[in-house]
Amino acid sequence: MVGCVVAELGHFALILASLVALMQIIIPAIGVFLMWPKWMHLVHAAALLQFFLTAIAFAALTQAFVQSDFSIALVANHSHSAKPLLYKLSGVWGNHEGSMLLWVLILSLFSALIVWFGGALPIRLKTLTLSVQAAIASAFYAFILLTSNPFERLAIAPFEGMGLNPLLQDPGLAFHPPALYVGYVGLAVSFSFAVAALLLGEVNAAWARWVRPWTLVSWVFLTLGIALGSWWAYYELGWGGWWFWDPVENASFMPWLFATALLHSATVAEKRGCLKSWTLLLAILAFSFSLLGTFLVRSGILTSVHAFATDPGRGVFILAILIIFSGGALALYAWRGSMIVSDNVFAPLSRETALISNNILLVVAALVVFIGTFWPLVAEIIFGRMLSVGPPFFEIAVTPFLVALAMLLPLGSTMPWKTASTAGLRHLWWVFLSAVLCGTVVLFLDNAHSTLGALGLALAVWLAAGVVADLAKRAGMGRGGIRAALWRIFNMPRSEWGKSLAHFGLAVTIAGISAITAWESEDIRLAETGDQYQISDRYALRFDHLGLVEGPNYQATRASMMILKDSHEVAQLFPEKRFYPVSGMVTTEAAIEMGFLRDIYVVIGDSQADGRVTVKAYIKPLANWIWLGAIIMSLGGLTSLLDRRYRLASVGRSRPRMTPSPALER
Amino acid sequence: MMMFAGLKWILLGLTCLHMAQAVEPDEILSNKDLESRARDISQNLRCLVCQNESIDESNSPLAADLRALLREQLQEGKSNEDIYQYMTTRYGEFVLLKPQPSGSNWLLYLSGPFFMFIALVAMGLYVRQRQMVGIKGHAPLTEDEERELQAITSQRDSKD
Repeated sequence: MVGCVVAELGHFALILASLVALMQIIIPAIGVFLMWPKWMHLVHAAALLQFFLTAIAFAALTQAFVQSDFSIALVANHSHSAKPLLYKLSGVWGNHEGSMLLWVLILSLFSALIVWFGGALPIRLKTLTLSVQAAIASAFYAFILLTSNPFERLAIAPFEGMGLNPLLQDPGLAFHPPALYVGYVGLAVSFSFAVAALLLGEVNAAWARWVRPWTLVSWVFLTLGIALGSWWAYYELGWGGWWFWDPVENASFMPWLFATALLHSATVAEKRGCLKSWTLLLAILAFSFSLLGTFLVRSGILTSVHAFATDPGRGVFILAILIIFSGGALALYAWRGSMIVSDNVFAPLSRETALISNNILLVVAALVVFIGTFWPLVAEIIFGRMLSVGPPFFEIAVTPFLVALAMLLPLGSTMPWKTASTAGLRHLWWVFLSAVLCGTVVLFLDNAHSTLGALGLALAVWLAAGVVADLAKRAGMGRGGIRAALWRIFNMPRSEWGKSLAHFGLAVTIAGISAITAWESEDIRLAETGDQYQISDRYALRFDHLGLVEGPNYQATRASMMILKDSHEVAQLFPEKRFYPVSGMVTTEAAIEMGFLRDIYVVIGDSQADGRVTVKAYIKPLANWIWLGAIIMSLGGLTSLLDRRYRLASVGRSRPRMTPSPALER
Repeated sequence: MMMFAGLKWILLGLTCLHMAQAVEPDEILSNKDLESRARDISQNLRCLVCQNESIDESNSPLAADLRALLREQLQEGKSNEDIYQYMTTRYGEFVLLKPQPSGSNWLLYLSGPFFMFIALVAMGLYVRQRQMVGIKGHAPLTEDEERELQAITSQRDSKD
């Protein structure tokens, strides 16, 4: 009984939150333009109250899931009383309505964080930013309350829920959506800052510095979220695919590309006062592409009849939100953007130019992903052609830009601001040579079997050694002895460490992708217990046992296999084929022997009449490097976030330590 | 928004159920060259009843039939082009995961190079303008200033 009241309270809190958000848009904004401080200050209380109310609503829904209150339609449709607690909790956001509630919860949390940590922000900028945040929140409250109410009741409550899809009952997938959401919603903060700055007509270096931490948080979570999703696909789907260029994946990849571009252009805006207008535009675009992703997934427009949560009403609503916010912000940009002038000078060969190239390549890559994702729709509506755009297209159309980006990276990241000389890049010679050497050695060992693989590894070495060379140069190796060098390197700003880590992580990911793409081997055959055979040049597989296992909510055929290397036992693996009677679904549980240099990945298929079973064994070289690299990149982002100059509370108090003479500044 | 990267697989679990998985041992050709060509082609053909999945990955019976069909054709000595052609006439260009570079699809294929070109031109103009600001906006340094600047920068460089 208590549960029922709590759910109603949650619903009520959500309605109240939407009203508070409406107030948070209007009153402070009036305060800003009429210069009424008291009206402006109202924004703090409103933002905190809105967060508090949304948190109550979310807690109420969580409670309904934990207590299995099946009188709520959402719980009845997506939960089951016998589910483990973790999946009852992840069930809260494992559906459309709950995930939208999580979305606004994170948005209002970010607003509260701006209140808590934005103490030193100019009051007008902060107030307007929070107003824009509230405007976005209002649109989503309306969306939830009008089209996707999570608290909707059933007239007659069922005794048991329908359960959650077994594929989704996985720790990797439990945290994949929240991580991505923090990423998307963080981009809303950058968007709000950009719109507020445009309304005020002031963008300076300080603005770029205030926006950067939020973009960094968002980027870190996007990176982790995408990596988690990819890792889940790898171990759960049964043959170790890790990226499919699926529209749903592209929907998360495009904002990531824009966020990456935004991080880099904000550096230029902050340090050099150039590209300010472009940075604003990127902030607007990055969030617009998050909204576009929402539209893409929520409307099911690209995924035909079977799409998850297909509902045209919702699709149109999100399209309206997208048009109002992105269109509005872009119109504002067109109107006010030209007011923002950059006044600094730089040479064609300089870090500025390098970072512009970075931005161009990232944005062009994102646009190609965008066009490729929507092309089937365009082709059908405009040209009357029914066609598909799949991985083979994206691989040839997007990869070149990303490869070019990686090739330029070590050059650009080591160049000084304003003007660089080719002499300053001399230390990259040995980096280049080691990359070429590595590529050649790999090509030789591989008998020139995969040129692309060798090139990919050479590229990874070029990046990784580039990072090391850059650090060595900064440490001034050979000047003033080892101690001085070490002192210099450990006193580098944290953001510099962050940059090195992130770039190194990219190298690791590139190595992983290259190796798994070029040298994956597979062995597919029918086998029976007692068989022993080579699955690659180095590894053999011994099929020991096949039996039935009873799981908590499934039955499984489980094989027991021994992996041998030079007739030494390396690992025992238990691949399964599971049957879930409740949903009638069959899933394959791959057994993976993870290693630093390779994964051994074994899957079993159906049993034949003669008792033999399909056994697929894959050797996946450097597989884990793909996600390891992503983790290193995220750590880089976090390190950068801890940089002294981004400590939000101290923003504004810190003064530049020295004022360069005007001659130097120009 | 729900970025379940693998949601299509869940749906697949429902639509493409009750069958063996992807490439089966009995499908594999003994001729290694032909088999690797077969794998290559099957990665470029779409499973028509699944979502955004190639017939190489798909578990559906239709995909299995197509895999068998293309292997038959390979054994008859047909070229890759012949097979793509055959599949396209039979199932429409929907079956190709890489759209044909023809007609309106050139817009798709040229979009990347086109954006790149525009971006490079814009960048060229911008970088040039940044330099011009420097030339127009400030008087050149006198010899003394030049010398002083040299001294300061070399001092700074050695500190770095």
